[in-house]
Amino acid sequence: MRKKWMKGMILSMLAGSAVFASVMTADAADIRILPVDTAKFWSGVKFDFNVEVANAKDLQNVDITINGKPAADVLGKNLEQQVLDNGVVSYRANDVTFKNTGDYLVSVTANDAEGKSAAEASYTVVQEKAARPAKNVILFVGDGMSLQAREIARILSKGQTNGKYNDLLAMEKLDHNAIITTSGYDSLVTDSANSASAYSTGHKSVVNAMGVYENSTADPLDDPKVETISEILKRTRGMSIGIVTQAETTDATPAAMVGHTRRRALQDYLAKDYLADYHRPDVIMGGGSSRYLPNTVMGSKRKDNFDVIQAFKDKGYTFATTDAEMKAAPADKPLLGLFHTSTMNVYLDREMLKNPKVLKGFDDQPNLIDMTKKTLDILSQNKNGFFAMIEGASIDKQLHVMDWQRAAYDTIEFDKAIEYAEQWNKEHGDNTLIIVVADHAHGVSISGTYHERDGKKGTEAVRVYQNSIMPTFQDADKDGFPDNPDPDVTLAVQYANHPEYYENYHFMPVPTPPALSVTETVEEAQNIGDKVEFHQVSKASSKANPARIHPGDPAELMPANTPKDDPQECHSADDVLLNAGGPGSEYFHGVMDNTEVFFGILRALGVNANHSVNPDLSKEAK
Amino acid sequence: MKAARIRRAACGACLALAALAAPFAASAEDLSFSELYSDWTAAGLVLSEKTESLEGSTVTMTGYMAPPLTPTIRFFVLTEVPMSVCPFCSSDADWPDNIIVVKVSDPVTALPYDSPIAVTGTLEIGSEIDAETGFVSQLRIAADSIEAL
Ligand SMILES: [Zn+2]
Repeated sequence: MRKKWMKGMILSMLAGSAVFASVMTADAADIRILPVDTAKFWSGVKFDFNVEVANAKDLQNVDITINGKPAADVLGKNLEQQVLDNGVVSYRANDVTFKNTGDYLVSVTANDAEGKSAAEASYTVVQEKAARPAKNVILFVGDGMSLQAREIARILSKGQTNGKYNDLLAMEKLDHNAIITTSGYDSLVTDSANSASAYSTGHKSVVNAMGVYENSTADPLDDPKVETISEILKRTRGMSIGIVTQAETTDATPAAMVGHTRRRALQDYLAKDYLADYHRPDVIMGGGSSRYLPNTVMGSKRKDNFDVIQAFKDKGYTFATTDAEMKAAPADKPLLGLFHTSTMNVYLDREMLKNPKVLKGFDDQPNLIDMTKKTLDILSQNKNGFFAMIEGASIDKQLHVMDWQRAAYDTIEFDKAIEYAEQWNKEHGDNTLIIVVADHAHGVSISGTYHERDGKKGTEAVRVYQNSIMPTFQDADKDGFPDNPDPDVTLAVQYANHPEYYENYHFMPVPTPPALSVTETVEEAQNIGDKVEFHQVSKASSKANPARIHPGDPAELMPANTPKDDPQECHSADDVLLNAGGPGSEYFHGVMDNTEVFFGILRALGVNANHSVNPDLSKEAK
Repeated sequence: MKAARIRRAACGACLALAALAAPFAASAEDLSFSELYSDWTAAGLVLSEKTESLEGSTVTMTGYMAPPLTPTIRFFVLTEVPMSVCPFCSSDADWPDNIIVVKVSDPVTALPYDSPIAVTGTLEIGSEIDAETGFVSQLRIAADSIEAL
């Protein structure tokens, strides 16, 4: 243990993270090894191995070994040498695997005119099998669902009696739990692409990336890939795959279960890429039809006139655009359900307030419980089992706009979907591993409660300690959703990382963002030769949205405590909680890295990735 | 219309923006964001008869200018409500469905981002990709004039 730790420390100085690391002389070449040092693998799972050498002058020989043997021998494939557009020399072998478990040490040396550089990366390769294996896995991802976001939902949905909760959320009743750390390999604070990629591949990545390690080029589609959960389970088991969300179906979390890109914004690419046999999900549900519609149709955001929806229909998919169409979809066919051109509306707007100005024409969107039900009906037809990722997507999106009430109702809806899945599992052989986890946190916290009974308003009306009397949320129809999101005594919810905004503590009947995006033009000095020139430079900035001032109340301006170029509340680096139940859930305990979610899933299924039942699935999206 | 046309001498510190050609004739038809589409479905948005009938005609639309990120611009995005995300700088973010691209021919003086502006010009319908930025638009106004309200 101690030895390993020491080695790790030395390695992190040598190879460091994925940025080019070099040693010896200051001018020697820089070496990047991908996958990065500390990476963990499941034996037989495919990845692209890539060594890049940068800033070399007259590069002579580059020596790449794994456990002292030539890398090509260990990987069973020659490393292709290529000089990239940026002058970096790349050595790469695609679709390789580690057949055997154990520790591997990659050593690279490069000699150039300036001397010798060296870098190392140590890997661990595992393969495990749960004592009682699972047939299916459902991964529920509460996007941005901090511990406090859960607690807000518990307070609103279950309530307390003399300080004790009347009930727990369904997700909190699962047998096992673990604290999950969320950083990527590039930065402390992650995003939903990077974090979902860890769940889907067992490898960390960088912000805005999924299913890849980041190489040195600008091309967002040439980075070395790691096999995703959809690809592994289709190739090795012939299992069915479902991705279900209320965000766009090509948004980061669902897309990371399937695809590969350095830039998550390439959503029209991802939509078309879903068609490729080797990872095509059997159920896709959520919003974002604009990525699928050809650019000849109004509402399309595609750059081409490729009709992705028609291509799915040609492959036998039912296409549904409303709740009614989804419910009518047959269980024996794959399903593409796109219920909004962009992100679906949240529970409060969709099911309760139903303001036509907010919903536009989208007045028959399904709820997550019914989407879950339909997903399980379809996927459970496959005797080989299924993997479903079901996302509570707008918990994150509503916390970004500092609308904790809308986030809370969506958290409750998410919990109801989990409750349905738990019940379904009991009735269908109890052979489904259910995992509930957030992908990252938000800096949201419960300061106390808030009321204006004594005439106080704003910050003076935030009630702390003994003054934090219980909130007065009512649930007369006992559906678990409070009847009124804005009761007399409500929660005082505050944020650790926010833009400039006006605090008002009240529920906003119409979604109202905290800050507006603006551009500031500043003078920047530039040294040109011995002269200094001043140039106008535009910079993204933000300012508090005056629509957030509560009518009749004094305006309480909160200055930004994060940089002004982001008009939203940001993710935080806080750890998140995982709950799991069913076969294989015993894997989760203590404090674990986010990549362990992947290893827990493969262990529960007992995947042997050295064996392919479907070796010839096409990689082309047609 | 209501406010005076903005036409300041290049306010250096401000973003170079729109102050375009001469005031336009009274023939401009008002078109509001709520009138653009007759139906919103996941299978596509449906243009209203009014919008369809105004293709190639002069229209006036009122909305908010989304902040552009370069000082010199050939187009900007007109939105129904002020932008609260910056789609050019944040990959999390995205544009609303019902945006209008406003093409400008001359550099123009500063306009506010958080109060409404009225854009008058020729309505264009159909997918177009800006060659330089790759920005995709379905509805555009080739602007003759822009005014702060
Ligand atoms: Zn987020």
